[in-house]
Amino acid sequence: MSWRSKQGTDLLKSHDWLVQRSQTVLLHGARLIDPSTGLDKTADVLIDRGKITKIGKINRDELKGYVELDLRDKILTPGFQDMHAHFGQPGHEDRETLTTGICAAAAGGYTGVSITPDTDPYIDNAGIVKWIQDQTSGSPVNVVPVASVARDDEGRRLTEVDDIFHMGVRVFSDTGRPAATPEIMRRALEYMKLHNLTISSRAQETSLAAGGVVREGPVSTRLGQKPWPSIAESMAVAKSLLLALHTGSKLHLEAVSSVESLDLIRWARERGVKVTCDTTPHHIALTDEATETFDGNFKTSPPLGSKRDKDALIAAIMDGTIDAVAADHVPLTDEECLVEYSLVPDGVVGLETAVGVLAKVLGKGKPDWNKLITLLAIRPREILELPPATIATGSTADLTIIDPEAVWTVDPARFFTKGHNTAFGGWQLPVKSLGIINRGWTLIAPDARMLVK
Amino acid sequence: MALKSTHLLGLRDVPAEDITAILDSAVAFKEILSRPVPKVPTLRHVTVVNAFFENSTRTRISFELAEKRLSADVVNFSASASSVNKGETLIDTIRNLEAMKIDLVVMRHPLPGAPNLLAKYCDSKVINAGDGSHEHPTQALLDMMTLREVYGDFNKLRVTLVGDISHSRVALSNIFGLTTMGAQVAVCGPPTLIPRDIEHLGVKVYHDLDEAIAKSDVLNVLRIQLERQDSGLFPSKREYHQTFGVTSERLAASNKPLTILHPGPINRGLELDGDVADGPHSVILQQVTNGVAVRMAILYLIAGGEK
Repeated sequence: MSWRSKQGTDLLKSHDWLVQRSQTVLLHGARLIDPSTGLDKTADVLIDRGKITKIGKINRDELKGYVELDLRDKILTPGFQDMHAHFGQPGHEDRETLTTGICAAAAGGYTGVSITPDTDPYIDNAGIVKWIQDQTSGSPVNVVPVASVARDDEGRRLTEVDDIFHMGVRVFSDTGRPAATPEIMRRALEYMKLHNLTISSRAQETSLAAGGVVREGPVSTRLGQKPWPSIAESMAVAKSLLLALHTGSKLHLEAVSSVESLDLIRWARERGVKVTCDTTPHHIALTDEATETFDGNFKTSPPLGSKRDKDALIAAIMDGTIDAVAADHVPLTDEECLVEYSLVPDGVVGLETAVGVLAKVLGKGKPDWNKLITLLAIRPREILELPPATIATGSTADLTIIDPEAVWTVDPARFFTKGHNTAFGGWQLPVKSLGIINRGWTLIAPDARMLVK
Repeated sequence: MALKSTHLLGLRDVPAEDITAILDSAVAFKEILSRPVPKVPTLRHVTVVNAFFENSTRTRISFELAEKRLSADVVNFSASASSVNKGETLIDTIRNLEAMKIDLVVMRHPLPGAPNLLAKYCDSKVINAGDGSHEHPTQALLDMMTLREVYGDFNKLRVTLVGDISHSRVALSNIFGLTTMGAQVAVCGPPTLIPRDIEHLGVKVYHDLDEAIAKSDVLNVLRIQLERQDSGLFPSKREYHQTFGVTSERLAASNKPLTILHPGPINRGLELDGDVADGPHSVILQQVTNGVAVRMAILYLIAGGEK
């Protein structure tokens, strides 16, 4: 398998990354953590032709032509999988290309990324799904297109779900094209039962959002910003949940951000609704107060919530109400960000900072690794119906290397993503991804090159 | 005398001593305005651009007069005549003007925070002449100058802003400025026109105008934009006038005269009756005169007259 884009390996190398396609890799001394099997021990791992062939004591004399990585004091986890990144290509290559997005994902420890359908043209037919699959085939990061539920901007006509299903797509999203009416959403949910597929919904009630840009509350009031009330989200969440209850279909809610939404999700789960949800690093790390300086790097969708929302999100992560954390990566050009706050498009980049921010917020730098890996790697694959990445003999080697002691400062100038619009510029993060091993590739960050023997 | 603030973006973070400095120097400039030749050479070396990205008559004229009374070179620029419609960004527009060697930008803009953006990315000093529903500091300062002329100081002065608080930059700047100076500020209007959590700014909220009148020394009556009734924020002009219109009958119920301010332009018979606007306790035209004096003071202090 070869990665079609040589640009990708060139880009990684230009940032001093080590890019290898070795047949045999020996990972020495890492702490292996896989919450899906309860694995948590320190052992050597042998990888041969993309598969984990042995875990435990490995006799180097029996090997020839192998690469060894010294991973003592490092953590080896199942590869991270993102839920909904915006990669821009086709149509918005000035924001991100598949290549820069893949490199950003790899740098953040992701071996897989689901990408949103709001490209230009939209991912709303089998042809474009095929194009993306071709462009990314053999890449070190598994790029999984999520298709649009609707095939028109008004959200009235359903995409050819069966056709797209046969291309391997399992999740359909309403990002950018919300269903025009609850009736259309109901039919879409019902139609998904054809193949038991999931609708991933970016629930927002446009009429209540009313063009708001800052969460309605003391901050929006003192900034004179157009308020975005949290019911713009929770009302849409309630509606989607009731439709999921009625239809029995599978629903995933993206970037949930308010106390009320969480209460509604708990209510729905008690009634057997097949609902999952994610939130984002910025919604658990920041509040609406970050927008005080009118800095467009804090303009997100949904807008950053109150401290009460933030605390409730963290609690919901801990109690399992929230299944996963999605980086919600939305790269923008510098030009798009250097305008009046209300004119800055919504969204921030996140792939390269997610694990560090999560470790900082959820564990003050000493997180519960089982929890973190569940949020970043295990649950996303389950929700997206992707094969699990398991650390076990015989499994595909799909791994992320983490340095749990790396203190580093976020510098957007050093990102792989074309977007410099991070909400965490200048932050000191306690944990860093050092590289990934996936699909026969071994990618190692510059600060970890000395680990290669 | 120098201000702590480099720009005048809003009153939220302006300390009391800066407000006092502006108001004190405005008194001196007001005296100049009453001279036979109401002009001084103070800003002869300064070039000011009045960049108005939104329509304005009185604020623009007031600034222009203030600049001319100070002998500054003045360039006017309005959105319809500008390159904004050609897709140029705000920062590019202002940087282009700066390349022509200007010192100070007075900006009116429809979006909150636009002056903050300029202050961050451009070299000129910036005076906010109103940014969306965020702030309008010079209006609040002229309101405060007028109140100081009537009352001497702001200590425990009870000022109530009446009307559309949600969409008002005048309201926010008044709240910040007056609270800093020790006044007790309240807002009064229908719940649909009062933004959520405004109590966090240290103001009282009234939905009953008679109660507000009974507990106020001053009413600052804000303009009602007629298009608000089309977005369902109040049912009709008739009902608005019945519930929140400031009339002489309502004012008569108070045992002492209330001072009436209005930032203009007035909808007579809607938020404010004509006889009140023209009555003995209205200081509305005094506000307009003070507007020029206050803006002279601000231009002088921001541009650094001693240069």
